[in-house]
Amino acid sequence: MDFDLTDDQRLLKDSVDRLIADRYSFDQRKKYMAEKDGWSRDNWAQFAELGLLGVSFDEAYGGFGGGPVESMLVAEAFGRGLVLEPFFATVVLGGGLIKRAGTDAQKMAMLSEIAAGTRLVAFAHVERASRYNLADVQVTATKSGDGWVLNGEKSVVMHGDCADTILVTARTAGSRRDRNGIGLFVVDAKAEGLTRKGYPTQDGLRAAEISFANVRAADVLGDPAGALPIVERVIDEAIAVLCSEAVGLMHEMHVTTVDYMKQRKQFGRAISEFQVLQHRSVDMFVALEQARSINMFGTVMAGDDDAKSRSRAVSATKVQIGKSGKLIGEEAVQLHGGIAMTMEYKVGHYFKRMTMIEALYGSTADHLAKVADSGSLFA
Amino acid sequence: MDLNFTAEELAFRDEMRKFFRTEIPESIRTKVLEGQHLTKDEIILQQRILNKHGLAVPGWPVEWGGKDWTPVQRYFYADEIQLAGVPGGLAFNTSMVGPVIAQFGSEAQKKKFLPATANLDIWWCQGFSEPGAGSDLAGLRTKAELIDGQWVINGQKTWTTLGQHADWIFVLCRTDPNVKKQEGISYILCDMKTPGITVRPIQTIDGGHEVNEVFFDDVKVPAENIVGEVNKGWDYAKFLLGNERTGIAQVGASKARLKRIRELAAIEPMGEARVLDNPKFREKLSMVEIELKALEMTQLRIIADEKGKAKGRPNPASSILKMKGSEIQQWITDLTMDVAGPYIMPFAMSDEGSGRNEVGYGPEFAAAAAPAYFNKRKVSIYGGSNEIQRNIIAKAILGF
Repeated sequence: MDFDLTDDQRLLKDSVDRLIADRYSFDQRKKYMAEKDGWSRDNWAQFAELGLLGVSFDEAYGGFGGGPVESMLVAEAFGRGLVLEPFFATVVLGGGLIKRAGTDAQKMAMLSEIAAGTRLVAFAHVERASRYNLADVQVTATKSGDGWVLNGEKSVVMHGDCADTILVTARTAGSRRDRNGIGLFVVDAKAEGLTRKGYPTQDGLRAAEISFANVRAADVLGDPAGALPIVERVIDEAIAVLCSEAVGLMHEMHVTTVDYMKQRKQFGRAISEFQVLQHRSVDMFVALEQARSINMFGTVMAGDDDAKSRSRAVSATKVQIGKSGKLIGEEAVQLHGGIAMTMEYKVGHYFKRMTMIEALYGSTADHLAKVADSGSLFA
Repeated sequence: MDLNFTAEELAFRDEMRKFFRTEIPESIRTKVLEGQHLTKDEIILQQRILNKHGLAVPGWPVEWGGKDWTPVQRYFYADEIQLAGVPGGLAFNTSMVGPVIAQFGSEAQKKKFLPATANLDIWWCQGFSEPGAGSDLAGLRTKAELIDGQWVINGQKTWTTLGQHADWIFVLCRTDPNVKKQEGISYILCDMKTPGITVRPIQTIDGGHEVNEVFFDDVKVPAENIVGEVNKGWDYAKFLLGNERTGIAQVGASKARLKRIRELAAIEPMGEARVLDNPKFREKLSMVEIELKALEMTQLRIIADEKGKAKGRPNPASSILKMKGSEIQQWITDLTMDVAGPYIMPFAMSDEGSGRNEVGYGPEFAAAAAPAYFNKRKVSIYGGSNEIQRNIIAKAILGF
C-alpha cells in the first residue's frame, strides 16, 4: 500500500502542472474562451505533443500507455486550471469507448488520430427524457444494406459542436428502457441528415443538441445490440476522471479562499483573523481531504473488472465529491463575499464548473441511491 | 499508487484477526460490539491476555514491550482489534501515561511503573481537566508546592474517566504561577490511596457512571514522583494528546458498528418489511459508510506519509481523523436509534453503576441505543474539542 507515484507518473505530473502554470492563468483562459471554438486549437496541439491526448491509450495506438492514475493526474491539473479544451469529451469518453468497444483496426484508425490531436470525438447519449439512465434510448438504428441508419434526437452532447466524430447510442432492438438492443455507432459529424446546434454551457465549456434524420452511420463499435455494459464501464471510468477534475477545482477554490482571507481587510484587520471564518475554511479543508481520499479509492476501483464493486465504488466517490464540492463551492463564494459574485473573479467560475460536474452522469442523490441499493462498501 | 497490501502485510493482518477472535472471550467482544459498558474485571482480563502475548503496548519502545512495527502493521493492529470488538489496552495506561514515562521518566520510574502499567496491575486515570480548565487546559489551577521534600497538591480535577477503578492518577499541576501559563506546569504521578484524595462520581446524561471529580486536599506525594523536569509538564501533555488524537479516529470500531447495524436492520420489522428495506434508511446508512470509507483512506494516507520517517510530532492532518472520526461515531449511534425505533424509550438504569440500561421491552439491542447516542456526544468534546482541532488546522496547516 502506497500513494507514491512512479517516475513516469511524476514526470507526467510535472509536465502537466507546468503546462497549466504556463498556459492557464485566468486571463489566458478568457482569451481561449473568446476563440472561434470556445477553446484553443493551439493548446490542443500542445496537449498532443505532451502525450496527454493519448494518456490512457496503448502505445500501439500512439498512446502514453497510462492507466487510471495517469488520467487522474491530468484531470486534477486540468481542474486546477479550469481547462476549456474537449479533453473529457474526446479522450475520456470518445477514446474510452473506442478503446473498450473497438476492433484493433478501429482503434488503430481512431485512437491514433485522437492521440495526435487530429480527430475530435463526442459522445451523444442524453435524450429528452432519459436523465441519467444510460439504457433509456429512443434514438433508433435500423439495418439498411450492410450499414445502419439513425433517427432521433440527442441532447447536451459535450463538445458535440466541434467534434469530427460523434459516437451515438441507438436502439436496434427491444423497447425503450431495455438493457439489450442498444448499439454504439460511429457517425461522421458532416454526414447527411445530421444537424447540430452548438451552445455554451454554464461552466464556459460547449455542448450541442444533435438530431439525426436518416443519418447513415460510418461504423459500429462492438455488438450492435449489446453495447450497454461497455458504455456503463466507460461512464464509470469517466466519472472517476470527472471526480479527479473536481478535486483540482476544490483544491483551487480552497487555496484561493485562504489566500484571499489573508489579504482582505475589514474592521482594520485581515478577515483571516476572525475565528468564525477560520473554522469555516477548515471545514472546507476537511471536505477537500475527504474528497481527495475517496477519489484515490474511486480511481483505483474504476479499473476493476467486476461491474458491481466498480460501480458501487465509483458512485460512492461521486457522492462524496458532490457533497464536498457543494460545501467548498458555496463556502468559497460566501467567504470571499461580493467579489466572488462577479464574472471578473475566478472563484465563481470554479464554482460553476463544480456545479455542472455534480449534474453530469448522475447527481449526488442518484448515486447515493445506487450505493444504498448495492450493499455495504466494506466487504 | 497501489492500494493493495503486500502478502506479508496481509499475513500479519490475518494473524492479528485470528488472535483477537480466538484468544479474547466472545462474551467481552459481543458487549463491545453492542455498545455496552464492560466491567472492571473484563477490561483487566482482556488486557492481561494481550500483554501475555506481547500485544498490549505495541506503541511503546521495544525494550518496554513495544513492537518495532511498520505504520501498516500498526494500522492493522488497530483495525483488527476494533473490528473484533476487543477493547484493547486501557488508553490511560497504554496510550497516555505509558509513552510519557517511557519517553521522559527516570529509569527508576520506568522500572517501577511500565511493566505494571502494561499488565494493568496499576490502573491509571487522567488528572488533566478542571472545572475552569477545559479546552483551555493550560489555564489549570491545581497547584503542587515542594514542601519538606514532598509535593503538596491542592485543587480539583474533573471528567476523570473510570477514576473509580484507578490505582494511580497522573496529574498536571501548577508549579510556577509567575510565568507564562504553559511554562509553569508539572506532570506528577500520585497514588489514589494517598490521604486527601476524594473521588466523587458524576452521572452523565446516558445514566452511566463513567467520569468523576477528584479533589486534592493537602495531598502529599514523594518528590521523585514528578516526571521529567519541573515546569515541563505541558510539553509532555502535548506529546500525549497527539497520541490520543490518532486513537480517536476509531475507523475499525465504526466499521464493526456499521456491520452490526446492517445486520440488525435486516432483522428488525417495519410494517410488512424490514428497516433495511426502507430506502431512506439505507441512504442514511450509505452516507455514513461513504464518509467512513473516505476517512479510512485519509488515515491510510497519513500512515503512508509516516513511512520511513522518524516518530515525532503528530501530523496536524491527524486533526481530520479526530473531527471526522468523532462525527462518524455520533452518526452511527443515531442510525442505531433509527433501527430501534420506539424501543429507544424505556429507561431503567441499575443502581450499581454498570451504566447498563436494563429494560425488558423490545429488541435487546434497543436498550443501549439512546444511552449510546447520548454518551457519544462526548467524543467531539474530549481529546481537544472539534473546535480546538479546527484551531490547530487553521494555525498549523492553513497558516492563519
